Amino acid sequence: MTENLNERICEGIEQIRCFRKEEGTRLYIKYMRKEILYSLKAPYRDDLRVTGYRFGFGEKTACIVGALRGNEVQQLYICSLLVQKLKELEAHGHITQNHEILVIPSVNHYAMNIGKRFWAVDNTDINRKFPGIENGGTTERIAAGVMECIKGYSYGIQFASFYMPGQFIPHVRMMETAHSSASLANLFGLPYVVLRKPKPYDTTTLNYNWQISGTNAFSVYTNDTENINEESAQMAVSAVLRFLTRMGVLKYNCHGGYIASVIREDELTAIHAERSGIFRPILHPGDEVVRGQIMARILDPYEGTVRENVMSPTDGIVFFTHQKPLVNQKDLVFTMIRRLHA
Amino acid sequence: MIQTIATIELPVDERLVLEKNRLEPEQKTGREKRVSLVTGIHGDELLGMYVLYEVQRRIEKERHKLTGILDIYPAINPLGIDSINRGLPQSDIDMNHIFPGNENGNLTEYMASQLIDDMIGADLCIDVHASDIFLKEIVQVRMQKQDEAKLLPYAKMANADLIWISASATVKEATLAHSLNMMGVPTLAIEAGSGMRIDKDYGDQIVEGILHILKQEGIWQGETTEVRTPDVAYAEDVDYANANASGVFMPAVNIGDWVCKGQQIGEIVNALKGTVEEIISAPCDGKIITVRQYPIVYHGALMYRILRKNSLAK
Repeated sequence: MTENLNERICEGIEQIRCFRKEEGTRLYIKYMRKEILYSLKAPYRDDLRVTGYRFGFGEKTACIVGALRGNEVQQLYICSLLVQKLKELEAHGHITQNHEILVIPSVNHYAMNIGKRFWAVDNTDINRKFPGIENGGTTERIAAGVMECIKGYSYGIQFASFYMPGQFIPHVRMMETAHSSASLANLFGLPYVVLRKPKPYDTTTLNYNWQISGTNAFSVYTNDTENINEESAQMAVSAVLRFLTRMGVLKYNCHGGYIASVIREDELTAIHAERSGIFRPILHPGDEVVRGQIMARILDPYEGTVRENVMSPTDGIVFFTHQKPLVNQKDLVFTMIRRLHA
Repeated sequence: MIQTIATIELPVDERLVLEKNRLEPEQKTGREKRVSLVTGIHGDELLGMYVLYEVQRRIEKERHKLTGILDIYPAINPLGIDSINRGLPQSDIDMNHIFPGNENGNLTEYMASQLIDDMIGADLCIDVHASDIFLKEIVQVRMQKQDEAKLLPYAKMANADLIWISASATVKEATLAHSLNMMGVPTLAIEAGSGMRIDKDYGDQIVEGILHILKQEGIWQGETTEVRTPDVAYAEDVDYANANASGVFMPAVNIGDWVCKGQQIGEIVNALKGTVEEIISAPCDGKIITVRQYPIVYHGALMYRILRKNSLAK
């Protein structure tokens, strides 16, 4: 396999590196392949190019997808860190034989580049169009084009975002289907694994369709979406490298991470605002809380008086917090993991 | 009588209020049937505003002929309507994806649940949609196959040009129509015209249909006109022409036109190069039931829906 690496013709439209070089006595092999997996012409904008980075050769082992939405900057950043790290690992021969890893940092950067969240023309969400339709509408075609490239991998990892703006404890989320495996999700070494019963609108997400097509699919949530949070980005990169190491894909020395607690989404305690106004959180994801403790204050936006002290209904740990400075009455402001045992 | 269905406090000095108008007969017996007319789930669909206004106007002219209860819900997504947003402006959530809602949920789920609670018990609901800003549709009633037996008799009275029985976005799971149908309130979803516009002719056509249904249900004793006989089509009876190039779409046929397979029905042109990027041909013999209104297209953009001629022969 190493005899003719310089002549190896990589699949795809563009290949940026495929060479070997000697450095002292050590052999460095670099063959990260950059490919355009899907492209779409626009009337007047530059083409939309969905770019993939392949590492290793052989069986389609792991596929990692970043920003499916235009506001998922943190997800894009995590992928860029991962590309750097995988490039380095591959150069040192630390990707084990017969394993291919594909990283797709961004799909909807058309929206990202103009400050939109969804497809900029019709405001449709590509993550609600899977598995896509080859001859369907524009975002259905994009989803179908991407799906064609990412199906067949043993493991699928998406850096995802929640539909409401907020901060999470970093966790792995999975749809509960016949194909889901919480024990595999544990191997990321993140503090929590959250299982979600699919609702009708979930059936068009990437995660769900990956699972239905036979891929073990995981969504990794970090603290932020629209802003870069360095600490949680590094945590996400470590989690993916740890998982791939434990699955025998990488040779990588990493911290063991957490022994994850597996929780079901419907077991989380939701706390909604009873009043609207300026939201001033006191507690943050990961904080411990006791029943009756003030978690946030909601202030009158004109007079600064306290309209509501948001109180904890139970002992537990803060899992999610509302992030925007304003809050509507009824908005979800916290979710908590109840402490089951004293 | 204007009634408040739900109210929510917004962050700064404003309340979101969901309202309806209840029209009742002058002399009530307590056994009246109740029909709900609803529109404005999507903030860019405005045709229903005219329809609900006109139905009320005609009834008010002869109020003594109203023999049932009519609940009018003109603006289910008030924030979207008043800010020209299809979904909820704060979150981009499509309100027709969250029914039946959740009383203990967030703002949108709560509003949806309150609306459903208010409508439960109605004998019939008619949910008037327009298309979005990209398409223009003929007047049609949409329903899922599972509801065909229950809804088809009502749909045939609606003065529509088409009854389309398929799992379209207007009637699939988590929509108002689907939720109410599951809860025992027969609900017709009417779709016509374009987003952000009111086509008065289409509006009047729907008004005649609603009044006809109300009369058949014993709610309205006023004069009504004879209604059209609609085409009835299933999912497989409709063909699509999607763009295979990006550029500026120039249509060559109009809604309601008959076309032959292979006939040129439009072009996608490039205004920079002065070239034709794609000649669009009809994929089948049939009638144009949807035409794209917004000229800029990407690959995949829907330009026409065509009701197959051979399906009409069935």
